[in-house]
Amino acid sequence: MANWFASLDASLRDAVFVVGVAALTNVACALLGCYLVLRRMSLLGDALSHAVLPGLVVAFVMAGSLNIVYMLAGALAVGLLTTFLTQVVHRQGGVPADASMGVVFTSLFALGVVLIKRYGQGVDLDPDCVLYGQIDLVEFYTVNLGGYEVPRALVSIVPVLAVNVAVILLLWKELKISSFDPALATTMGINAELLFYLLMALVAVTTVASFEQVGSILVIAMLIVPGATAHLLTDRLSRMMLIATALAIGSAVLGYAASLAWNVAAAGPMAVMAGLFYLAAALASPRYGIVSTLVRNAQTSLRIVREDLLAMLYRLEELRVERRLGAREATKAIGAGILGDVGLWSLARRGELKRVDGGLQLTDSGRRRAAGLVRSHRLWEAYLVQHLGLPADHVHTPAERMEHFIGQRLAEHIVADLQDAHQDPHGRAIPAPTTTVPEVATETRRHGDATDEGTEKGGRG
Amino acid sequence: MPAPPLEIHDMTVAYHRKPVLWDIDLVAPEGQLIGIIGPNGAGKSTLIKAVLGLAPLASGQVRIYGLPYAQQRHLVGYVPQRETVDWDFPVTALDVVMMGTYGRLGWFRRPGAAERRLAQSCLEKVGMQGYAPRQIQQLSGGQQQRIFLARALAQDAHIYFMDEPFAGVDAATEQAIVTLLQSLRDGGKTVFVVHHELQSVRNYFDFVILLNLRLVAAGPTATTFTRQNLQQTYGGRLTILEEAAEAVRLGEPPR
Amino acid sequence: MIALSNTQLVMLGTSLLGCVAGVVGSFAVLRRRALVGDLLAHAALPGLCAAFLLLNYRALSARALGEVAAATSAWRFTAMLAGAFVTGLVGVAVVTFICRWTRTKEDAAIGIVLGTFFGVGVVLSSWIQNMPAASSKAGLQTYIYGQAAGMTREDVWFITIVAAACLTLVALLYKEFKVFSFDPGFARAQGWPTLTLDLVMMATLALVTVVGLPTVGVVLMAAMLIIPGAAARFWTDRLGRMLVVSGAIGAASGIGGTLISAGALESVLGYDPLAFGHNTRNLPTGPVIVLCGTALFLVSLLFAPRRGAIARLVRMLTVRRRIQHEHLLRSLYELSEPRLPRVLEVPLSQLIEDRSWTAAGVRRLLRWAGRAGLVERTATSAKLTTEGLALAERVVRRHRLWELFLISGADIAPDHVDRDADSIEHFLTPDLVRRLEAQLARTGRLPPAAVGAVPLSPHELAAHEAHRSNSPSAQEPTDG
Repeated sequence: MANWFASLDASLRDAVFVVGVAALTNVACALLGCYLVLRRMSLLGDALSHAVLPGLVVAFVMAGSLNIVYMLAGALAVGLLTTFLTQVVHRQGGVPADASMGVVFTSLFALGVVLIKRYGQGVDLDPDCVLYGQIDLVEFYTVNLGGYEVPRALVSIVPVLAVNVAVILLLWKELKISSFDPALATTMGINAELLFYLLMALVAVTTVASFEQVGSILVIAMLIVPGATAHLLTDRLSRMMLIATALAIGSAVLGYAASLAWNVAAAGPMAVMAGLFYLAAALASPRYGIVSTLVRNAQTSLRIVREDLLAMLYRLEELRVERRLGAREATKAIGAGILGDVGLWSLARRGELKRVDGGLQLTDSGRRRAAGLVRSHRLWEAYLVQHLGLPADHVHTPAERMEHFIGQRLAEHIVADLQDAHQDPHGRAIPAPTTTVPEVATETRRHGDATDEGTEKGGRG
Repeated sequence: MPAPPLEIHDMTVAYHRKPVLWDIDLVAPEGQLIGIIGPNGAGKSTLIKAVLGLAPLASGQVRIYGLPYAQQRHLVGYVPQRETVDWDFPVTALDVVMMGTYGRLGWFRRPGAAERRLAQSCLEKVGMQGYAPRQIQQLSGGQQQRIFLARALAQDAHIYFMDEPFAGVDAATEQAIVTLLQSLRDGGKTVFVVHHELQSVRNYFDFVILLNLRLVAAGPTATTFTRQNLQQTYGGRLTILEEAAEAVRLGEPPR
Repeated sequence: MIALSNTQLVMLGTSLLGCVAGVVGSFAVLRRRALVGDLLAHAALPGLCAAFLLLNYRALSARALGEVAAATSAWRFTAMLAGAFVTGLVGVAVVTFICRWTRTKEDAAIGIVLGTFFGVGVVLSSWIQNMPAASSKAGLQTYIYGQAAGMTREDVWFITIVAAACLTLVALLYKEFKVFSFDPGFARAQGWPTLTLDLVMMATLALVTVVGLPTVGVVLMAAMLIIPGAAARFWTDRLGRMLVVSGAIGAASGIGGTLISAGALESVLGYDPLAFGHNTRNLPTGPVIVLCGTALFLVSLLFAPRRGAIARLVRMLTVRRRIQHEHLLRSLYELSEPRLPRVLEVPLSQLIEDRSWTAAGVRRLLRWAGRAGLVERTATSAKLTTEGLALAERVVRRHRLWELFLISGADIAPDHVDRDADSIEHFLTPDLVRRLEAQLARTGRLPPAAVGAVPLSPHELAAHEAHRSNSPSAQEPTDG
């Protein structure tokens, strides 16, 4: 393997190193990030990744070098301290939770910066490194492991990733329950507090292991963004974790490519890529995306216009108006502008409407659909009059809005609740259902309810 | 005939498109103590919030003495639910009451001696004159409620909307508040009170609005607060309205 | 400006900055928006860099045309801060947008915007560092960690103007900010444009943030906004005073931090207590300012008169001791109750058993009671004095009335009551006790004879009831 690796082109080897280390780091962060996002504690990740700084410095001073064991221990201690202090300031001091977190992590960070300036001179633990990491130089820091030169970064990040994965797999059920419903977890005998501190410990350790490689910016981004992105795409925790993992790796690859293209340090572009993934998901997620919501809303608006057109034409037929309405007149009558024209076009394409002598004419299928709508409209009018006690002259507008949302099931329920499902409050016939509805079944239920109706109506006067 | 203090016409209120109050039609009489009664989740608070422009109207209109609320703000006093604010906020009882005068003061002008005097007198009216310099966290639930009431009094309004002023107060405070509301009413003000304790309705209110997702009934307590109307308000769930609300929220008819 | 030494200049700048950050940050803390400062500071970076790039591009092209670079340093500084201000506010807007339009919650939204915007900023800044002829590329580093020591006269002027503007705005809109922060719903119903007020608040926060960036840097700017407000809240319950205290704490941190980092400790003490054998001075000013703020916060947290941790602790201990004292009196009373009005000598062993106290604890309590003249004690026993009896009667009466009330009102079985009554009874005011008694008498739970006296314990009442119903002829001992 060493030979194969050595034979690679230098820039490619560089790429493999950088992307590999970054991907492992990102994944370690993103996995924990899923829990942080679900528990609405994302900012604790941000806070921890700043607050561990003094722990790092103290560990460095004590070890005399960047010894990973010391550093992880220091981070662990300060990470737990941060969590603990935040809770103490919040509970004992009565300071709001967010402010107490802000006070604690910024203070520790300030302490860390002072300590670095003071005792960290001459080492590569300088503020720059904290911010950007040294991911671009990863191949220059290597250790000899079993005869192979491997990047030193791997020595710290691989075990941490392994621990994260192991804890998540072992405590899958417990972490899941305590993330979604801490109260339930407690009643089931799971120590939610302990799990919380365990999670914080993992975050602190992961932060530090990642820190050195990718810098604090990327740690914050990776702790929060992939998890939040995955949460837009799925509702299942296991899938969320897989998606977050894929996003974390994707950010590493694309971020590295971008860093080459722009000739800048890799950490920044990786964070930006994660943000772009989030943007894409926020826009285009099938269920929760903004665009999909807008498209759905537009579709609904178009459907409403279409249905308004059909219902209007149906009513004209019902009134036996001989003259056929033109397109312009029709869209104007339902108060729709351009959308009305789109609606007409769409109706024609669906074969529910045709043009005869320049006028509009319902087809059979259009008429059936229109009858269904008018039925919904009049059922709702009848319902409003009978059950909400609205005067008959007030019910047209609400029914005009509701008719588009009454499905077959709801219509059946309304029929079952009405005394007379054949006539609307204005005395017009309610069209019969166009699809095969088991009319008999609803009839029998209707009689049962009718007696109650009578007394209720009477009571109101 | 002068315009009624509150007139609601075909009002539907929806949160995220999902209707929570359906097609309310209502005219309230002037100079009465009016109870808004209904079960939990019936939309009582929503009704008040919609009137005050704090909840989105999906349709319909609201008139205060014949004009939209935005033009009649100075005629309206509001007592929100007690839990809606942070009682640890660094203000004193007097500060809170003085907030009632801010609307009249307008931009930039600071409350002066006149406002202070008015706030003091409002505190006296609710029997809290000794508590003016107290930080509000140090007051009991009933006292906090009285402070909110005093703030509404300081708004010097014609119509008051009160969201559960009796929630979490002891019997003596409740009695004191009722007496105060009655004196407001006797002074010609119209007072709307969200209330859910059925036993006291007959004693407290001249007029009731029975609400459960839709208006069940509205009228003088004697004729409207009947067993039949109550059964309609509280009895059974309105599955059809709930189903319809869900259908609107989803935006597609479940074919 | 009068001639100032460099340290004085920096001190003026940092204290003004600390003051204004403390004032506008207080509102953020009170509105539970403390971390918006963090967001603003991070999101400002890309704007800063973009403005720098733009300016540099102009400067480079100008040079290429053979002209003198037009941008003066003050103009350059203003333009960069304007860029930072804009992207900072855009960041806040994006967070609002995300919360409104997606299922992502506010905390994650802040994290996403913070991380991504900062990432963009870092990309731009490394780009700048790679630029061939960038005139002052070292400048950007200072925005991340801050460099107060390099503060120029123009910087101080700038800070002064911004501070004056922000403080004036807060003074003008004090009433509006107050009602909006306390009760947004009420403010909106009253007709205040809450969206605009929110925006104005965010804008002042953003303005202060970007002005502070060159001095204390990104992360520590958040500290400047949060710490003074959080500390000031401990000292007062009035918003106006809190703003003043917060401003003062901010200013004090600025002055203290500047002095310490300039080696003031050394010149005062004659040696540098922070040296530890390393070279002295050159402590970075920004972090030291923040640590000064942290120290003031800790002092507030511990020593503030009413809300401070020590005051709370003392209060708690006082209450706990009073409860213990009352328990002692009640035990003494109840143990000699059968023979009242004669007061019995109660053996210590019986007291210890009655309350499951330790022997030492009982002795300590008795020592206190003896000093207060409530108890006469011997080595092995104790006895209430007349004063002690009077006080004990009040305590027992309160306890039993409360117990009775709990049983009648809350319908709890008598044997579950003791614990509850134990904790609340100590806080009942005399007025409340009187009302309690009146109500119990009215509802028939308390025999009329017992009004104003010490009623029989509910436990015994229950026993009597049971006894009476079992054997109607049994003789009842009379109670007082």
